[in-house]
Amino acid sequence: MKTAAQSLLKKVPAKDAKLVMAHMYVAFAALAIGATMGLLQVLERTGSFQLPSWLGYYQVLTVHGVILGLVLTTFFIIGFMFAAQSVTTGGYSNKERTAGWIGFIMMLVGTIAAAIMILLNEATVLYTFYVPLQAHAVFYIGLALVIAGSWFAVWVIVLRHFRFRKENPGVRTPLLSYMATVNSLMWQIATIGVAYSTIVHIIPWSLGLTETVDVLLTRTLFWYFGHPLVYFWLLPAYMMWYAILPKIIGGKIFSDSLARLAFALFLIFSIPVGFHHQLTEPGIDPFWKYLQVVLTMVVVVPSLMTAFTLFATFEQRGRELGAKGLFGWLKKMPWNDARFLAPFVGMLFFIPGGAGGIVNTSHQLNQVVHNTLWVTGHFHLTVATAVMLTFFGITYWLVPSLTGRVLTPVMNRMGILQTILWGTGMLIMSGAMHWQGLLGGPRRSAYSEYAGNADTLAWGPYQIAQAIGGSILFLGMIVMIIIFINLAFFAPKGETEFPVAEDHPNAAPTPAIFENWKLWIGITAALILFAYTIPIIDIIQNAPPGAKGFKLW
Amino acid sequence: MNMHKYEKVWILIGSATLLFFLIVVGVSAFYMGNQPPSCAVTLDPEKVREHQLFKEPGLTEIGDNEYQLTVVASAFDYDVGTDDKVVQIPVGATVHISATTTDVIHGFEIAGTNANMMLEPGYISTYTNTFDKPGTYTLVCNEYCGVGHHLMYATIEVVE
Amino acid sequence: MAKPERTEEQVTQQHEEHDLKGTFVSVMILGAFLLVSWLGVWSLYLAR
Ligand code: HEM
Ligand SMILES: [Cu+2]
Ligand SMILES: [Cu+2]
Repeated sequence: MKTAAQSLLKKVPAKDAKLVMAHMYVAFAALAIGATMGLLQVLERTGSFQLPSWLGYYQVLTVHGVILGLVLTTFFIIGFMFAAQSVTTGGYSNKERTAGWIGFIMMLVGTIAAAIMILLNEATVLYTFYVPLQAHAVFYIGLALVIAGSWFAVWVIVLRHFRFRKENPGVRTPLLSYMATVNSLMWQIATIGVAYSTIVHIIPWSLGLTETVDVLLTRTLFWYFGHPLVYFWLLPAYMMWYAILPKIIGGKIFSDSLARLAFALFLIFSIPVGFHHQLTEPGIDPFWKYLQVVLTMVVVVPSLMTAFTLFATFEQRGRELGAKGLFGWLKKMPWNDARFLAPFVGMLFFIPGGAGGIVNTSHQLNQVVHNTLWVTGHFHLTVATAVMLTFFGITYWLVPSLTGRVLTPVMNRMGILQTILWGTGMLIMSGAMHWQGLLGGPRRSAYSEYAGNADTLAWGPYQIAQAIGGSILFLGMIVMIIIFINLAFFAPKGETEFPVAEDHPNAAPTPAIFENWKLWIGITAALILFAYTIPIIDIIQNAPPGAKGFKLW
Repeated sequence: MNMHKYEKVWILIGSATLLFFLIVVGVSAFYMGNQPPSCAVTLDPEKVREHQLFKEPGLTEIGDNEYQLTVVASAFDYDVGTDDKVVQIPVGATVHISATTTDVIHGFEIAGTNANMMLEPGYISTYTNTFDKPGTYTLVCNEYCGVGHHLMYATIEVVE
Repeated sequence: MAKPERTEEQVTQQHEEHDLKGTFVSVMILGAFLLVSWLGVWSLYLAR
């Protein structure tokens, strides 16, 4: 039974809140470390700053990629989805919560194990750990633990969704719960690839049990996971944009059905597209590459739908408040509310981010940009800005809601400052990366003058611009950490709601088909088998002799 | 489930744009042969130097203004057949590039051109490029291969 | 924050009739941006 107080303010129950906060501590510690590494990178790459002799550029870059790309994202996302699921379905049972804690501890232990190996310089293989560079086995075992731990988490989320369905027959499931379930299932299906590759191929090889490893197969399995990985980052931001942000601006969900449709499409089409990361590599038939390019373009469509929904949500709300003219609604938005501004700026950055993504996947166009800094610029727009600013926007209400505190006007202004710093820094850094990439500047590279030719020397100014942008970003990180610590420990006590947007009172009912998981998972599996079976058989059958391990750092 | 009229129009126009992109790159790939670098030709990564293509890496003339360039990449060096790591190519020449690696994965990118591919142990990567503009181009490694990754390069001089 | 009052007119408004001209123009600008950036890199590819 709901008590009167609970029904007034939506909040995560206290025991669940602890579990969520545990994830948040790790996430923000990761942000602090990772962004500091980012600063070291941009400075080193100007050529006028030298890292101390005991710290290699690629070691720094491995920390940056692992801790931001894998640790920060995974911990924040799982924490946020735990919270969203708990608040919309009414909290976890003790068993479910215990499973959540087991997952958390596994992920934490795995992270620490991998981190120790990176710090000992035993695993300078970057966050993609491409073989045959061979790290210490403990590094891979740590990563495998993180994945296994995340399985506990996503299954808690999925099973909680199904328990809600069982306990509320005939009731439409909450939108946020549905979305968290989609993202969790996608993660489960996608991580099988990298878990298999790591546990069956890479760990035995790094332990010396097998002598060689199949390079192309492990890469293919990695990218089978790698593209859904980026959607795993993005969908929580979409959850916020579709189902929470309307509440923050005082509006309503634009369309529950369209939101579910978009998420169902993401589930189906996010996975069978990994070849778009492998377009320039040998050993994969061009036909299958092109097929996955086509599927990648299909997965753009739900993002087009999302763009429409978001503009429409804002316009509707603006008009409700009396906005006139074509763009009058923009003026009605709560610009001085950090909880709105941060995700909104994130959305804006997703426009060039998405445009760049379409270029990246366009078959031959990939040759223009592949493994250049353009790509680095691209994902700093998408994950490091669109997703991150949205996560920061979430933090401004989620953390005080969990800790029983409130966001003060001062912290709100800090949040606005943070958004401005992050946006400006990223505009400069990522913009410079895009241009340098078009000129051919390679990614994942320490400062180098190469042969001293004019073409490579022309990259210098862009690297200085990146250092300027990166320094502003570093300041943005400091501001964010201050806000987080304030909200976690020092902000005044009070009640903060977990905002959950509602339907329009006259919204059309949502078709029941979206809740037919057998159908969606069936289509997903069929498409994966279609897109991957033959190329993988080819890769195995035509495999060259395997590769021995190398430790070249 | 009803969709706003404008949204239908937007999804239609948006999808048509994506289809247009797909047709352009598809025609370019399958009718004009502009496939991204790929070739399922394999070799033993430990016996690269015994392979007949890679016994003597470098530039060889194989026809009228047509050349073959074979390159062996290894940590942290491109063997392009010359001591000073400079390859001179006459302007307008069509060059068939074949490259491979003797150890880990390397990149192969001639900055400022469309020649950009991955080199993976056990595979021969091929790409044909026509060098129309005279100038000095740098071949850089764009996939992390170890501490000396940023010190891997060669120079391509396209000369009149 | 005070709850916004809902007018008679808004309640009876159907989904189809919402005035979303601003949204439409916005997504069209977005589409144009996608097209222009794609064509930009495509022409770079052709020029190289
Ligand atoms: C202070 C803010 C940041 C700065 C200054 C920064 C800077 C950089 C730079 C310069 C690189 C490229 C280095 C190279 O290719 O040699 C890089 C790579 C990367 N960054 Fe960031 N970044 C920041 C924040 C983030 C955030 C928030 C994320 C993710 C959530 C992120 C994820 C990554 C990833 C995954 C890579 C690729 C690593 C690799 O290629 O192995 N970065 N960053
Ligand atoms: Cu991808
Ligand atoms: Cu390299």
